[in-house]
Amino acid sequence: MWVFPVLVLATLSSWLLGIEGSTSTLIGCAVVAIALVKVRLVGLHFMELRDAPAALRGAFEVYVVATGATLLSLYVFL
Amino acid sequence: MTATAARTEHPAPQRHRHIPGEAGLWVFLLGDMIMFSVFFGFVAVLHGRQPRMFRASQQALHPDLGLLNTLLLLIASALVARGLRQLRSGGPARTLPWALLCALGFAAVKGVEYALVIHDGHTPSSNDFFMYYFVFTGIHLAHLAIGIGALTFLIVLSRRPAPSRGRLLAAEGAAAYWHMVDLLWLVLFPLFYLVA
Repeated sequence: MWVFPVLVLATLSSWLLGIEGSTSTLIGCAVVAIALVKVRLVGLHFMELRDAPAALRGAFEVYVVATGATLLSLYVFL
Repeated sequence: MTATAARTEHPAPQRHRHIPGEAGLWVFLLGDMIMFSVFFGFVAVLHGRQPRMFRASQQALHPDLGLLNTLLLLIASALVARGLRQLRSGGPARTLPWALLCALGFAAVKGVEYALVIHDGHTPSSNDFFMYYFVFTGIHLAHLAIGIGALTFLIVLSRRPAPSRGRLLAAEGAAAYWHMVDLLWLVLFPLFYLVA
């Protein structure tokens, strides 16, 4: 299964980006975006929502997009 | 024979749509996830309003322990997903006890980090960063404790021969709950430890 190695690689990538302590907004947004991609992978593959009825999968997709958009907006505009 | 006729005679197989666990459980899971999104928002607002205090406080955390805990939860989730597939196919779900071990490992590592942070003089009353850190990661730890119960339930279920449809639904619900614990940490970790 490809999901687990991708999740580990994404985790290590965001850790390497964040551990530098950069205060760059771009780096911060990249770390948040990677986290939301990981959330979507866990939801669709581990929680099996990719095979769920459209309403449930859609609710999850809306959750990921809304959470990601809100967090990125807060990091960019505050 | 036209292509249209061929498609009519051999329609593409329909993908089986299935709600993992009881439908009502998902109202709870999504509600819990939304509550945590509000927590994430609080952390992002604090980061934007008091960046120097946030950055200075963040230095007291231990990102290596946070990384270790993230990997423990990802490994546990992969083992639970595999264990559920084994349970469905009627085979022994040997991966589940290892997932439980990873969950206990997370709790132990979190306890060590709390002890180190408190030993360095930081408590929930130190500033807003540490209040959010202890409260939000503490609520997540409480979810993890329930997740440990869910994993124990899965292990007990996996030792019974041929689980019924109802028990399989309960197992799917327990696994989904566990994955939610993992999913929430995947956002908490970068917000507290990595975004400077």
